[in-house]
Amino acid sequence: MNKDIIICGVGGQGTVLASKIIAAAFSEEGHRVHSAETIGMAQRGGSVVSHVRIGEEAFSPLIPYGNADILLGFEPAEAVRNLKYLKKDGTAIVNTTATMPVTEALKESGYSADKMTEYIRDRYETVFVDADEVARQFGSNKFFNIVMLGVAAGSGRLGIDTGILEETVRRNVPAKYADINLEAFRKGFTTGNAVNHN
Amino acid sequence: MKEYVMGNGAIALGALAAGVNLAAGYPGTPSSEIIETLSKYPHEGLHLEWSVNEKAAMEVAAAAAYSGARALVTMKQVGLNVASDPLMSLAYVGVKGGMVIVSADDPGPISSQTEQDTRRFADFCRIPVFDPSSPEEAYGMIQDAFEYSEKYKTPVLFRPTTRVCHAYAAIDVNKGYEPKKYEGFVKDSKKWVIFPGLSYRNHGLIEERNVRIGKDMSDYRYNSVEGKGSVRAVAASGISYAYARECLKDIDDIRLIRVAVSYPFPDDFVAEALDGIKEVLCFEELSPYIEEQLLKLAGRKHLDIDVHGKLDGSVPHNGELSVEIIKSVLNKVYGMDLSGSQADLTDMPDLPVRPPVLCAGCPHRASFYAVKQAAKGREAFYCGDIGCYTLGNAMPLDMVDTCLCMGAGITMAQGFDHMHKDSVSFAFVGDSTFFASGMTGVVNAVYNEADIILCVLDNSTTAMTGHQPHPGTGRNMMGNVVDKIDIAKVLEGIGVSRVVTVDPFELDRSIEVIKECMEEKGVKAVIFKSPCIAISRPSGKYAVDPDKCINCKKCVREIGCPAITLNDGCITIDRSQCTGCGLCSQVCPVGAINEEQIK
Repeated sequence: MNKDIIICGVGGQGTVLASKIIAAAFSEEGHRVHSAETIGMAQRGGSVVSHVRIGEEAFSPLIPYGNADILLGFEPAEAVRNLKYLKKDGTAIVNTTATMPVTEALKESGYSADKMTEYIRDRYETVFVDADEVARQFGSNKFFNIVMLGVAAGSGRLGIDTGILEETVRRNVPAKYADINLEAFRKGFTTGNAVNHN
Repeated sequence: MKEYVMGNGAIALGALAAGVNLAAGYPGTPSSEIIETLSKYPHEGLHLEWSVNEKAAMEVAAAAAYSGARALVTMKQVGLNVASDPLMSLAYVGVKGGMVIVSADDPGPISSQTEQDTRRFADFCRIPVFDPSSPEEAYGMIQDAFEYSEKYKTPVLFRPTTRVCHAYAAIDVNKGYEPKKYEGFVKDSKKWVIFPGLSYRNHGLIEERNVRIGKDMSDYRYNSVEGKGSVRAVAASGISYAYARECLKDIDDIRLIRVAVSYPFPDDFVAEALDGIKEVLCFEELSPYIEEQLLKLAGRKHLDIDVHGKLDGSVPHNGELSVEIIKSVLNKVYGMDLSGSQADLTDMPDLPVRPPVLCAGCPHRASFYAVKQAAKGREAFYCGDIGCYTLGNAMPLDMVDTCLCMGAGITMAQGFDHMHKDSVSFAFVGDSTFFASGMTGVVNAVYNEADIILCVLDNSTTAMTGHQPHPGTGRNMMGNVVDKIDIAKVLEGIGVSRVVTVDPFELDRSIEVIKECMEEKGVKAVIFKSPCIAISRPSGKYAVDPDKCINCKKCVREIGCPAITLNDGCITIDRSQCTGCGLCSQVCPVGAINEEQIK
């Protein structure tokens, strides 16, 4: 199997952990996996993107443009920014709540999340979820990334065994938060699953 | 056993597999995780340290290698500039135990000051340089590097680039850690003391040796020739080879030549690989090193071959390469038709700009703000330095007028002072940078009678590169608690006339202290002491009282905290980002921002 997954968002949203879990889960299933992260200065509130590549034919650590099967967008504008990586017939799984930089908020013409989601919807198969809203039920934005992971799994597009994914989530979060993370994962899963069947 | 690790992790595991006895380095993106990984795997018997700077690391390691032990030194490419003094001499003297210097290059540059090429440094020093193209390869290649270093009794360079350092892969870790048994230092002043005579003699020997290494490297296991092309070829190294391979994986009529050691250049291997080839296109980041070697080779052997690359304008000189750039160059130069299967992405809506910013609650924001307020109405120069606090340049703070290299802020402030006696010159330096290369600059200021205000932004860590300990933190990489080196005492010892330590979040007091310093001649120092928000994790929260807020937006306009946002035109504080530093409440003119009461 060859599969490329791009995960993008804003520094602090937890894309790095999400990509680590996806990579580890595919690896656990016996696939050859590579990934690449944004590390260093750009992490501080900037745009971040993780590349996960599954399969024997991946030589570049970064996904070539037009090669990703799935784009997992933690933020709508960041999803649009990274559409160049997505295949024509790829799927965009996107959180619909914008993270607005304050410089943008000060402008009269700050960007709108709707404009972003519309642009994506016009071009790709999509799974849109207000994952911020789902994550809020857990009292902290700390579980947002795990909710998004659940959404991706629930949409049926990741193509990985859910049991293995859950086990990988458990292994990659602090033990005392394992249960609540799994709850967040399952809530995301149900949400993603529901959208997919609409 | 498989380990899913970053390229830097693979380098560390490879060094452990090679039985490295001592590892020293200074943090710097993209190299920092090598030393950190060493500390996380079994390493009983390894001396591990974050040295005070790269020069110190190089010298500590040199002595280990003189003793017959295996030594690893890690740094980013600009760190090699700092360590170049010992390295140049060391290249003449040579080593007994294997010594590998990892200098991670940063094409882009993504988080560096320069786009320099460590391969040039290798050529300059006349020592071999290994160029890995993936984490898997880095694991094997660093072990080879130790072997070749010992075989030829020379330090060797190992230069991964950002995309190798920060790529993850599953590595087959086949050996546990067993430190190399070493003989110990054997005194021989004719060998270990560099004198003109030794340099003259060894210079000749080194050039002869490098011819032998070039031949040896012609058989190196990581060189490769792929594809059936008989007329046209691509030559690449490092990550550019990985990109080229990705582009050419379904193409058969281009020969792909990969050079794994760029210096000494493996002439025999490359000459053979070019057999019959009429055109070769070079893909490499940073400088056109391989391209120049191919041109030399073609000249020396009278080869009838066109060499394309940076020098004939086919490939960009600056920035990273990518699969996309390589495809477009192949399309242009070789008339190919390589493309991706993207959707039509025209008419994309305007996207928000997200420059990196100081974190919510970062003490540097408060320090910069205090200085800015204190210096209002005076002409002032703000000399910045390397670290998170370089981000103090961003609006609305706008408090970094210069940034050159590690430690330069302190000395440049002196130069401005000597040229602008009516102005006030500030130098901002972080705690780790102060120890790395700031102290001698303070001595210079005191000795040469500069009037400057030194602001030490002491957040008790090396934040930008991932929170490494340093001499002021009281811990080291051997896991020991050690005496903290006190920056105030260092400054007093040097003879700085006034040294004051303040909490930057006490805004009024901080402003007052700065103002007092501005009234005095000589070198004054203010130590802004408050821990990095990412390690201290305070839990307080502030909130805006909408009844009191007059919506003047002073908090947004003046401090630029990412936790302060506008929600339907009203100022709100994002609870998930707020750390309770309280700076905004001190800036608010109407007392509308207050700490949330715990219910």
